[in-house]
Amino acid sequence: MKQIDLIIIGGGSAGMSAALAAKKQGCESMLVLERSDALGGILQQCIHNGFGLQLFHEELSGPAFAQRLIDALHQAQIPYRTKASVLSITPDRIVTYVHPEDGLCRIRSKAIILASGCYERTRGMISIGGKRIKGVYTAGSAQRYLNMENILVGRRVFILGSGDIGLIMARRMRLEGAEVLGVAELMPYSNGLTRNIVQCLEDFDIPLYLSHTVIDIQGDTRVEGITIAQVDENKQPIPGSEKHFAADTLLLSVGLIPEETLLQEAGVVLDPKTKGAKVNAHMETSIPHVYACGNALHVHDLVDDVCMEARVAGASAIKDMEKKTEEACTEVIAEGEISYVVPQHITTHEKEDVIFSFRVKRPLHHALITFENKTGVFQQIRKKVLLPSQMQRILCKKEALDGHGAIWVKVREE
Amino acid sequence: MMLDVCIIGAGICGSFLAYDLSHYKGSFAVVEKEHDVAGGVTMANSAIIHAGYDPKDHTLKAQLNVEGAKAYEAIAQRVHAHYQKIGAYVIASEESQIAQLKELQQRGNKRGVRCELVSGEELKQAEPHVCEAALMALYVPDTAIIEPWEMALRLMECAVLNGVDLYLEEEVIGIMHKRDYYEVKTSKQTLCAKRIINAAGLGAERIGKLCDGASPFHMEIKRGQYYVLSHHARDFVHHILYPLPSDKGKGVLCVPTIHGNILLGPDAQILSEEDTSTTSQGLARVREQLTQLVKEVPYGEVIRSYSGCRPCGNDNDFYIEESAIHPGIYHLGCIDSPGLASAPAISRYVLEAMHISSWERKEEWIENESVIRCDEMEDDARKALIQADPTYGHIICRCEAISEGEILAALRRPIPPRSIKEVKKRVRCGMGKCQGGFCEVEVAKLLARESRLPLHEICYDGAGSELGEEAKG
Ligand SMILES: Cc1cc2nc3c(=O)[nH]c(=O)nc-3n(C[C@H](O)[C@H](O)[C@H](O)COP(=O)(O)OP(=O)(O)OC[C@H]3O[C@@H](n4cnc5c(N)ncnc54)[C@H](O)[C@@H]3O)c2cc1C
Ligand SMILES: Cc1cc2nc3c(=O)[nH]c(=O)nc-3n(C[C@H](O)[C@H](O)[C@H](O)COP(=O)(O)OP(=O)(O)OC[C@H]3O[C@@H](n4cnc5c(N)ncnc54)[C@H](O)[C@@H]3O)c2cc1C
Repeated sequence: MKQIDLIIIGGGSAGMSAALAAKKQGCESMLVLERSDALGGILQQCIHNGFGLQLFHEELSGPAFAQRLIDALHQAQIPYRTKASVLSITPDRIVTYVHPEDGLCRIRSKAIILASGCYERTRGMISIGGKRIKGVYTAGSAQRYLNMENILVGRRVFILGSGDIGLIMARRMRLEGAEVLGVAELMPYSNGLTRNIVQCLEDFDIPLYLSHTVIDIQGDTRVEGITIAQVDENKQPIPGSEKHFAADTLLLSVGLIPEETLLQEAGVVLDPKTKGAKVNAHMETSIPHVYACGNALHVHDLVDDVCMEARVAGASAIKDMEKKTEEACTEVIAEGEISYVVPQHITTHEKEDVIFSFRVKRPLHHALITFENKTGVFQQIRKKVLLPSQMQRILCKKEALDGHGAIWVKVREE
Repeated sequence: MMLDVCIIGAGICGSFLAYDLSHYKGSFAVVEKEHDVAGGVTMANSAIIHAGYDPKDHTLKAQLNVEGAKAYEAIAQRVHAHYQKIGAYVIASEESQIAQLKELQQRGNKRGVRCELVSGEELKQAEPHVCEAALMALYVPDTAIIEPWEMALRLMECAVLNGVDLYLEEEVIGIMHKRDYYEVKTSKQTLCAKRIINAAGLGAERIGKLCDGASPFHMEIKRGQYYVLSHHARDFVHHILYPLPSDKGKGVLCVPTIHGNILLGPDAQILSEEDTSTTSQGLARVREQLTQLVKEVPYGEVIRSYSGCRPCGNDNDFYIEESAIHPGIYHLGCIDSPGLASAPAISRYVLEAMHISSWERKEEWIENESVIRCDEMEDDARKALIQADPTYGHIICRCEAISEGEILAALRRPIPPRSIKEVKKRVRCGMGKCQGGFCEVEVAKLLARESRLPLHEICYDGAGSELGEEAKG
């Protein structure tokens, strides 16, 4: 069987960033496997601006951002394969993929980085009632149809969920001449970035119905109408609050889920909250030398964060390659108003600073974020506003983490 | 041209009938109002080949279920359709139910259906997720699963290959009695036939009316809703789990599918007309009733919900009769569960009524080709296949790992898919957890390329479900 040092699954921003970081560490034997026809991942369909402010200090479109990474990959002469779909990985790190020319291949790799991105929550997962007819799309697939295939999937659009993709599609379809009848959001607050609420809805007078959900879809062969209703504290529809819209299209922007099938089938321990793998500060999963990063690990809002996280995975995969023994781990515990923290554990002796990523469960005002270990609070940060839609990334110095056992990350309102 | 037999409806019954008839000399046609074979009840059900212990004694259901179930395995193999005998447990969770369980066992044994009683412990060992209350179960090893639409398609393919005409998207809207034949008026043409078989599923009563003025049978529509779990939940149950059946039906079940998903359902709700919507109330009933069967249901793995409508009636038995007024017209009414399991026998039963044994059989009969499924192949065979045809190395559907080659092969079969949903029915693209989010557009592009249509004109299902319009750009 062919042997290699590093295989990276996925050629999106995470996969490419990880590959570049690995190369910097001197990795000479690696392969990036990407299943679609081109590198770039989801960025290729995000033709709006707003990428790369942190990394390149300018506002790029998705494809332009991707192109920078692709150019760098070429410059570094990192080998990659497009149209190569990874079918499975095993705990002893055998990667199986298929490719039109390579055929069915199995390669044993010293390390694997999963950077397979995420997928959209669908109608089936949220069980909206009504007919199963044409006209219901996830926002990302409508985006794909429009931006990549030049097809407008409908003329009278309603959007369920105020995630960023839905908001961006509201504006995009409106600019293409479609009517956007409204956006309904189950929660009493929006799940999108504030700038998207303003630029995509308010600027176009598109109404946002908070605490509302879609309860019925009508039509024969395709959607002819939808009904929304207000929901109570238990998210149950309130009778009498129904509103009808003569929509021909329903877009769903109801969440993204890490694409972790390969890891799950290899037996990696998952975090039920992120739905991605549990990792240490090196982005290493419960299987040694198997890493995860980017949206495959947990869903990110900003590509810059994806890239930075992926660099940690790429560099660590090479630095830790000869590591034989497991280092002792301590847990990272999320408490209070926090929904998850990545990494989920750290080693007892971290040799580098660690960035903790987390989200809050609900919007908070005057929030206090604290990092504690058994000796007490070692770091605290105050934030005026914390929103679930904004992932927080906070760096802790290695000195503060070293040798003190479990740490607690807590958030509360003051 | 004068047809010897015109079959109305291309569900599982119509497909078995067409398949059986295709072995005989004569001219036969199937008329179906939908865009594809198996678009009716056969598309949305539990997909179980029940072994036949359940229907009451002295019913057609009892007779045809047992006969049909026994015939399935050989036919499935012959037409290259999936069939898996995975076995079932019928579970009693109250002392008072044990007598009923024993009665079922006796009924089964009398009919030659293998079944044995197992203790609660034994059951829990085999199926750790059954509910704590489970006391005893009837194990029925010969209960099987199929993919109902695949079975119907493969049968119909054989029929078409052997000269049966299949008219899709043609609704039967009138039937006229002529001197010694019938005129079948469809939405597109008029066919002349010596005999008619009304296998119209939920539409059978209407056809009954068209034939005889008043339908000789009456049907009631009972909807059943389901959840579908992703492959990740495949280890939740390994056998079919039934609660004890009641007058209301077989109850809410857990059913593994051929491709590693699990179905949870169906509930039962009487409707005044056909409606395959799902409702939150219906799905809540499924959840509620499941608590009496299993525990720790992985609802987080739900990828879809769906519903199907049962054509019920005739005191809970099939109504299969030649018209009393118009000889040569055969009605298949009230074909609800176990219609799927009974279908091979239903077809034989009708053909016998037509004295098929005196008909002349064809000397030659063409078999359909087997189906290439990359994920069921050994490594070496798959490597060789990709080398011979690189499209088998290009994955289109990521969740189900379906290659371009498999889709192209489906497009070249006798009943080619013309829409995205029809590709999905044949090769499973879009059946996985992303529900087509990634692959729908790729499938549409292949359909556009192969049919030389612009992409936006590709349909999701029948006419009227075109993808959209070209954007201004
Ligand atoms: C619609 C949308 C809009 C966004 N808008 C913004 C924005 O305005 N500004 C911003 O900064 N960020 C934005 N983001 C966030 C950010 O751009 C993305 O989160 C980031 O690009 C994700 O990178 P990734 O590499 O983790 O995933 P992806 O880009 O999804 O890449 C994963 C790659 O892995 C491949 N793959 C998956 N499985 C396999 C397999 N088994 N074998 C081979 N290959 C595989 C996929 O084909 C894909 O190319 C947006 C995200 C989305 C989804
Ligand atoms: C919820 C549910 C669960 C079930 N579970 C099982 C099970 O596990 N095992 C089992 O054995 N059985 C089961 N059944 C029953 C089984 O699915 C049906 O008995 C069987 O599919 C009926 O097949 P059919 O060919 O009679 O009807 P259909 O599949 O409905 O076919 C009839 C066809 O006729 C067409 N048609 C109607 N009117 C016209 C017209 N005027 N002109 C032209 N065409 C017309 C329709 O479009 C349709 O395609 C279940 C049923 C339901 C609803």
